[in-house]
Amino acid sequence: MNTSIALQLVQILLAVAVAPLVTGWVRLVKARMQARRGPSPLQPYRDLYRLLQKEAVVAHSASWIFRAAPYVTFAAVWAASCIVPTFTTDLYLAPAADLIALVALLGLARFWTALAGMDAGTPFGGLGSSREMMIASLAEPAMLMVTFSLSLLSGSTSPAHIAAFVLSGGIGLSVSIGLALMALVMVAIAENGRIPIDNPATHLELTMVHEAMVLEYSGRHLAMMEMAGMVRLTLYIALIGCLFMPWGIALPGAAPAGLAVGLGAFLVKTFTIATALALFETSIAKMRVFRYADFLGGALLLGLLATIFHYVSEAV
Amino acid sequence: MLPQASPHASYEIAHLIGATVLMAGFGLLYQRRLQAVLNTFAFQAMALAAAAGWQAHIQNAPHLWATAGIALVFKAILVPFALHWLVERLGIHRTVETALSIGWTMVVGVALVALSILLVLPVTAGAAALTRESLALAMSVVLLGLLMMITRHNAVTQVVGFMALENGLILAAVSAKGMPLVVEISVAFSVLVAMTLFGIFFFRIRERFDTLDLHYLETYRGDRQ
Repeated sequence: MNTSIALQLVQILLAVAVAPLVTGWVRLVKARMQARRGPSPLQPYRDLYRLLQKEAVVAHSASWIFRAAPYVTFAAVWAASCIVPTFTTDLYLAPAADLIALVALLGLARFWTALAGMDAGTPFGGLGSSREMMIASLAEPAMLMVTFSLSLLSGSTSPAHIAAFVLSGGIGLSVSIGLALMALVMVAIAENGRIPIDNPATHLELTMVHEAMVLEYSGRHLAMMEMAGMVRLTLYIALIGCLFMPWGIALPGAAPAGLAVGLGAFLVKTFTIATALALFETSIAKMRVFRYADFLGGALLLGLLATIFHYVSEAV
Repeated sequence: MLPQASPHASYEIAHLIGATVLMAGFGLLYQRRLQAVLNTFAFQAMALAAAAGWQAHIQNAPHLWATAGIALVFKAILVPFALHWLVERLGIHRTVETALSIGWTMVVGVALVALSILLVLPVTAGAAALTRESLALAMSVVLLGLLMMITRHNAVTQVVGFMALENGLILAAVSAKGMPLVVEISVAFSVLVAMTLFGIFFFRIRERFDTLDLHYLETYRGDRQ
């Protein structure tokens, strides 16, 4: 009990401590791929520190929602990151939290960000919010479909249980799990505003989605919003690592050495996936807004196929 | 020689490669650019060659290696290369024109996969598990190829749909034990002949109608008044 509380606290801090480094790493790899030197991977920490020092400017027309949204968004994403096992599944919150709660927490964060985008009354914010909601309405069913197919396979919606089940060899090389992985990767790309869907580095009005919503923010508010985005990226990477490649993760009752191995495995997996993300983003062009439905509909259909194939293997 | 895997694992790997062929079939439906369609088709043929090679390994059937080789050389290299050349010669680089929106095509595709699974599983109740699943997958690939032929206007994409359909047939053939090699070779060569004929037809159609959109042919066939 006490260990799981301690591990939970470590996990809560780890999620926030690593997130800027992961984002910085993705930016560095992308810069190198584009033959630029790129800033140090530690740059996001410096940016956050700088933003926290600065004065926060708030529009006259903005209400309390605008001020509250960065904190609510960050809190919801941070809470979500607490329930995704990173280096150990022995977490105090693990029995209470499952993938559906995760989707709900991320949905809450998105809802508040979209509200804040509309609150200041500028056209860009509203445009960003409406696009974000369109993406969300397509991505959430796909995410839930992935959750359902995984829970059908493993008999639980808790990430810790699914990880333990995959580790025990109960799934093996199933087609369903491959399809679910592809669907989850597509959803993760959309949810994090990565390249085929949204460009995290853009400041061109026509292509902005997430950037448009947070355009009015400055100072500590912007720091919270940026931090929420970084934690969300790390959360999805940790989720993919935990559900589909849980090798090395420490199970309940592991010795300190096991925890160290789990931590090392988590860092290796995270930076490998982050590198793969950077390579993928460099090799692909951004999609037109009207194609989002096809892309995310594809993710939904992959989730559906994962469920269908699960029944095929059951029937055999 | 590769180490002999356990029956369960070898069955799962065969299943996984079959699913890759099926996913490539969905990829064909999803693509909007002609070049991307051809690349996806080449990938599907490569996955098919891998499926045939794996079956050759687990069934210990040397003639399936020949099937794998034929799939790799003809369907993954020669046919896509020829189609690329044709597209280049005909000067069509534009997007794929569809009769049904891409999203709906994908939905129909998933429905077809469900249909083929519902169809194959009860019919083959007595067969080995490996054969049954591969047959369900192969049937889905065939139906997706058919769907592609129905929902595309352009002659080149219809030919790709035909070739994808044929990929599904080969996938079914390699998973059934005792398919004679001569049948597969003759199928492979007839596809090559068909490919050549299609190529000539493309030029003829283009010469006559200034387009490869087959809707313009319907007036001459008496379908449209």
